[in-house]
Amino acid sequence: MSEAPTVKSHAMDISQLGRSQAQRSLESEEVCLSVQKLKLFYNTKQALFDVDMNIPRKRVTAFIGPSGCGKSTLLRCFNRMNDLVDDVRIEGQILLDNANIYEKGVDVAGLRRRVGMVFQKPNPFPKTIYENVAYGLRIQGINKKRILDEVVERSLRSAALWDEVKDRLHENALGMSGGQQQRLVIARTIAVEPEVVLLDEPASALDPISTLKIEELIYELKSKYTLVIVTHNMQQAARVSDYTAFMYMGKLIEFDSTDRLFTNPMQRQTEDYITGRYG
Amino acid sequence: MVDKDIHSHHISQQFNAELDDVKTRMLEMGGMVERQVADAINAVMNADGGLAERVLKGDAHINQMEVLIDEECALILARRHPAAGDLRLVLAITRALHDLERMGDEATKIAEHAIRLIDHGEMPRCVVEIRHLGTHVCAMMRDALDCFARLDVEQALRVAQEDKAVDMEYATAMRTLVTYMMEDARSISSVLNIMWGLRSLERIGDHALNIAEHVVYMVKGQDVRHVGLSELEARIHDGN
Repeated sequence: MSEAPTVKSHAMDISQLGRSQAQRSLESEEVCLSVQKLKLFYNTKQALFDVDMNIPRKRVTAFIGPSGCGKSTLLRCFNRMNDLVDDVRIEGQILLDNANIYEKGVDVAGLRRRVGMVFQKPNPFPKTIYENVAYGLRIQGINKKRILDEVVERSLRSAALWDEVKDRLHENALGMSGGQQQRLVIARTIAVEPEVVLLDEPASALDPISTLKIEELIYELKSKYTLVIVTHNMQQAARVSDYTAFMYMGKLIEFDSTDRLFTNPMQRQTEDYITGRYG
Repeated sequence: MVDKDIHSHHISQQFNAELDDVKTRMLEMGGMVERQVADAINAVMNADGGLAERVLKGDAHINQMEVLIDEECALILARRHPAAGDLRLVLAITRALHDLERMGDEATKIAEHAIRLIDHGEMPRCVVEIRHLGTHVCAMMRDALDCFARLDVEQALRVAQEDKAVDMEYATAMRTLVTYMMEDARSISSVLNIMWGLRSLERIGDHALNIAEHVVYMVKGQDVRHVGLSELEARIHDGN
């Protein structure tokens, strides 16, 4: 009696299927920024209440929540932009690579190089495209043309803008469209090789196609940088981010993998907000 | 966390109305399928050829409802980008539509067997098995649709438990019918029709179970398809 022929199996290892984003968990991620018991006061008015969160490295984290919930305020803490506002007082810590950025004696300019920021309204300098990107290096004393050329090209390529502007690098940046200007701002930010890029509603002022290009760009950038994005657009947060934090009235309500938060959130408040019951 | 009103109270009244509409229409379709199944069983039990023909004609309407409601669900997904509980509701409805449509198909199969049995002449004694299993399965259907309407996971669990009982009853009935066939070879043709009728009823029971599983998905966010009864119970009671 012959043995049953063995069938060469083309079946996949089923246990490896479904290792989707939903399986991702914060606990398993390396931490880039650690917020610890953060309180923020505008004079006597408290705007952030004991925020504790760990922003994972080289992932996209989105902050969502209704107007006035503190998401932009929190974002601006990460590069101490709130220092520029009168009467702001902070308690607690924010650790970047285990060092508290609010420690006395921290080089704030250096911090803002490591933690770059992109704002809602594109704000290119009134200079050429080239000079916009080169600016951050020039002020660090880097002036060699070969190095600047290389960094400008690399940054513009990373920002998915090079092909559109390579033949007009010495034209004024203000002549570009809104979407291009925003990508230029991103190129400028990454030219100084930050660790973290903060984006405060980066696509709110842009048309739908530019918005999608920015989202594609964010997806590309996370291989090299940690990104934190504040957005009012729920679908954008769902499309673009790995992790989402929902904030309400200055408190962090829920922080979880984006897939899980948008399909089965733990908190009723989160569910109400993302399904449009918040009012 | 999820109660019966969870899918209402949106800021957009339009959205409320759309979700409400699609859920109501699905339950209406469920009611129609229930009637089809009950009529098919009665057609067999009462040797009612006219009733069987009406069941066959009625299936077209069921199919049409599946297509229309499914389309409405797709539009909700496109327009509203529902999230969380709303998303799970729409997905659960599209899945339940498929189960209901299949139940409708099984009802027409039972009606076809009724016609063949009528053509054959005298109903075999074992036709009473159709009534027994049929009553049980109709109760399961009613409970499954009820737990969908009320988002009641405890009732969903009971439906799952009933399905186990139905499966056992089906197996017993099959054994009984085999002995009939062994006793009298002339009865084989009609007993086979009864057997296939029972098979359709057992399948209807399985689809009712599926609907109960969709309810658990809607309420708890857990996909419990293909898990065993004890695992289902554990997930329902996991305190979440």
